[in-house]
Amino acid sequence: MGLSIRVPGLIKGLGVTFKTLIRTLTKGSHTVQYPRVKEAPTLRARGVIALHEENCTACMLCARECPDWCIYIEGHKYKAPPRRPGGKPRQKNALDRFDIDFALCMYCGICVEVCPFEALFWSPEFEFSEPKLADLLHDKDQLSKWMETVPDFEEYETGSEAKQLEVPR
Amino acid sequence: MTVFNLAIELAYWQQTVIRSVLGLVAVLLPAGTLVYLYLFKMMSFMQSRLGPMEAGPYGSLQLLAEVGKFLQKEDLFPRDADRVVFKAAPFVVLASTFLLVLVLPAGPDAWFINIDTGVFLALAVSSISVIGILMAGWGSASKYSLIGGLRAAGQLVAYELPLVLAVMGVVIQAGTLNVQEIVLAQANGEIFGWGGIGNPFIITQFLGFMIFLVAIQAELTQPPFDMPVAESEIVTGYLTEYTGMRFLLFFIGEFATAGIFSALAATFFLGGWYIPGLDPTDNLFNLIGPLVLVGKMLLVSFLIFWFRFTYPRFREDQLQQLAWKVLVPLSLVNIVATGVLKVIF
Repeated sequence: MGLSIRVPGLIKGLGVTFKTLIRTLTKGSHTVQYPRVKEAPTLRARGVIALHEENCTACMLCARECPDWCIYIEGHKYKAPPRRPGGKPRQKNALDRFDIDFALCMYCGICVEVCPFEALFWSPEFEFSEPKLADLLHDKDQLSKWMETVPDFEEYETGSEAKQLEVPR
Repeated sequence: MTVFNLAIELAYWQQTVIRSVLGLVAVLLPAGTLVYLYLFKMMSFMQSRLGPMEAGPYGSLQLLAEVGKFLQKEDLFPRDADRVVFKAAPFVVLASTFLLVLVLPAGPDAWFINIDTGVFLALAVSSISVIGILMAGWGSASKYSLIGGLRAAGQLVAYELPLVLAVMGVVIQAGTLNVQEIVLAQANGEIFGWGGIGNPFIITQFLGFMIFLVAIQAELTQPPFDMPVAESEIVTGYLTEYTGMRFLLFFIGEFATAGIFSALAATFFLGGWYIPGLDPTDNLFNLIGPLVLVGKMLLVSFLIFWFRFTYPRFREDQLQQLAWKVLVPLSLVNIVATGVLKVIF
């Protein structure tokens, strides 16, 4: 059985659990009593998806890439006045409806990654449960409100200023 | 039974009522204490969490919540189950638990029965639970239950042997099968002529104590010996088809037996209800004896649950190897050594 090899390991294992027992009794546990004590989620936690409405062009890429089709977008085209006098009126897309059904969303983040105009962001906010399933459909206004909870980007390394992209928020 | 040396003659029915109540207390109290103290709390602390905290202060009423939940559940039967056997199985297991309490002395006069073959009776009735578990496994008409029941039978029979053989060392040293006299032999014993703490047999029978601990761990099907209920292989073995009240009975049986086996280990190896420095015939022991016994029981069951929360499950063949290739030879050596030393000294 190789008892001479196994017995020291067995005793070591007992030591690990006993040490944890003493540490929990004296210094407290790693867990917190959630509804009363709240831990701040990590800065980049994937809590909820926020929408920066001005950046969205209703290009539908996010809706098409979404694996469970939980993004609903409606938009229309309109003619914006020309930039210079005498120019042609520009064609622009206006966003009428942008809904994410968080009852369907599986928080994969593909929409955030695929967005070419930096309109979608991850927010670490996670407490948005609802008594009714239908209320988990967050509309444009609600998604824009989440924008306030999106943390700022981390500082770039020194010397990399030249490579920085101007990311509109 | 004389509960206390009082100058009151009790009628037979009064004695019976007291016996029944004390028997219930002796079964349910250890079960509840062990589940709350060790299964809920100590296990959580060993995993660096707090355990139940909401029901009552520090979750102390969680047990009531659990029992209430089990009582509310529907009493389900599998379609092909052998109903009589299926219904009777938990009661057979629990009967073994209740019978085990009988032999435990809790003071010089506080005992249920005081017979000369107490050890024999204890080890015999502890095997009744095997029948109950086999009944549960067979009566459920489920393949998982059947495999679990057969595994349990194989395991309990295999570990019955080292259990009995480990106690044999104690019996040889005390020179009696009477549990009460084993306690007295430890209380009045001497270590090389020094009788300060009596002679708790854990000192001379340390190997026997270790074998006994491992064997009761397996008898109780606690991890790392929980192959009969291995949830990742056979759902929960013979418990698979049980719900509600009947599952609760199995559960109570398991933890009450854990408490009573711990108390047996405390009686055989740690001196039972006796604490050093007092006269073992003192009437005071009828009062504090049960408390001392509970204290020692908690000590032994701490070890059992500590092992439970530390080690992962064995494989089925490793389990049998440990019993037949290690524990049985070791306990035989222990018996021979004890016998030789008994003759010499």
